[in-house]
Amino acid sequence: MLNAYLENTLVYDPFLCNGCGMCVDVCPHGTFEMDGRLAVLVRPQNCMECGACQVNCITGAIHVESGVGCASAMIMAALKGQKEVSCGGDESCC
Amino acid sequence: MINLATISSEPKILPAHSRLIASDRWDHILARLGVKRGGHRVEPGLYALGRPMPESPVFVSANYSLSFDALRSSLAKIDGYILVLDTKGINVWCAAGKGTFGTDEIVKRVFATQLKEVVTHRKLILPQLGAPGVAAHEVKKRTGFWVEYGPVQAADIPEYLKTHIATPGMRKVNFTLRDRLVLVPVELTHTFLPMLAAAIVFYFIGGWISSLAVIAAVLAGILLFPILLPWIPTHNFSTKGFLLGILAALPFALSPFIRHPDWSWYHRLGQALEFLLAMPAVTAFIALNFTGSTTFTSRSGVKREMFAYIPAMAWTFGTGILLAIIFIIVR
Repeated sequence: MLNAYLENTLVYDPFLCNGCGMCVDVCPHGTFEMDGRLAVLVRPQNCMECGACQVNCITGAIHVESGVGCASAMIMAALKGQKEVSCGGDESCC
Repeated sequence: MINLATISSEPKILPAHSRLIASDRWDHILARLGVKRGGHRVEPGLYALGRPMPESPVFVSANYSLSFDALRSSLAKIDGYILVLDTKGINVWCAAGKGTFGTDEIVKRVFATQLKEVVTHRKLILPQLGAPGVAAHEVKKRTGFWVEYGPVQAADIPEYLKTHIATPGMRKVNFTLRDRLVLVPVELTHTFLPMLAAAIVFYFIGGWISSLAVIAAVLAGILLFPILLPWIPTHNFSTKGFLLGILAALPFALSPFIRHPDWSWYHRLGQALEFLLAMPAVTAFIALNFTGSTTFTSRSGVKREMFAYIPAMAWTFGTGILLAIIFIIVR
């Protein structure tokens, strides 16, 4: 596995797109672009699974298994057998 | 018009200034050092910046002082309101990931501050990085306020306000050398004591060279890794860390050949291998943990990395330590 970040869980169904452009606005990595009245998934490999596009897509055209890509949070969760706690708990993290 | 009922339910508006003072700067330094984590808070609520009118824009922020201060200091000469959410002292991006910078908190805060009585328009300007926690259409449905996502950086807001359209550049999140460097002090603060303890333990196992090796491996991960991140070849954080760790281990691996020409070849080679196995594993582990601080690693990618490389880290580290113990016994 030379690059663990080539694949991700982002799935987009352009048939459900209503052209509101919200996904283009919220993505911090330019994953979507507008082409006429439709959003197009132009750089799928850029997705970091933050979930911003999914929660702001009113038609449900976008699905992504969102979460925080934080190894220490996942390691702590695995060690303690608890749910992941990233920033904000008593644990120190990102 | 004024009667007792309206006086008691008058919207509470707190004062805010766009100028940062010495105590703000000191608070920022402490936050960056990781002193009193979670203690750098602003009172949630509605703030007036300058002399806002009922038509003035409303900006939404987190109650982490670095977030709130980045916003207000970018709004010099702009009159407006700042709606501070209770994100438990966490920045916008991390709080959005947790959902504390989220739809429910916005709805709650809009009603608690009686924002509808304060402004005549129905628009909230949110930081773009708050979007993972906020469903704009939900906020509209529940409060009547439209959500408009502003730029990633508060510094771009004055430019943004001219057209209310963010350029693609304003929408992208970067991870510049400066962005990476500011993360180093807090990591150093958190690793210093464990590193010192390990250095002392290893002093008794292998002398001052082993002690130094601990410090070199840890500092390679905490200091050099964030600085060199984009320039280290390979894509995965673990392999980047292994590479950097090997570089850090090289001088230590050479040391037995220089310092102990009298030792047998397998003894010298053995000690070189101890460093070459144990040190890169430590650096790689710290590098992998840096994923949470970056602005681009996906959760599924980090998971793949963990499954692929944590066993390798454990094996190489374990073998290196085992070799060290064997040579202590043999010696």
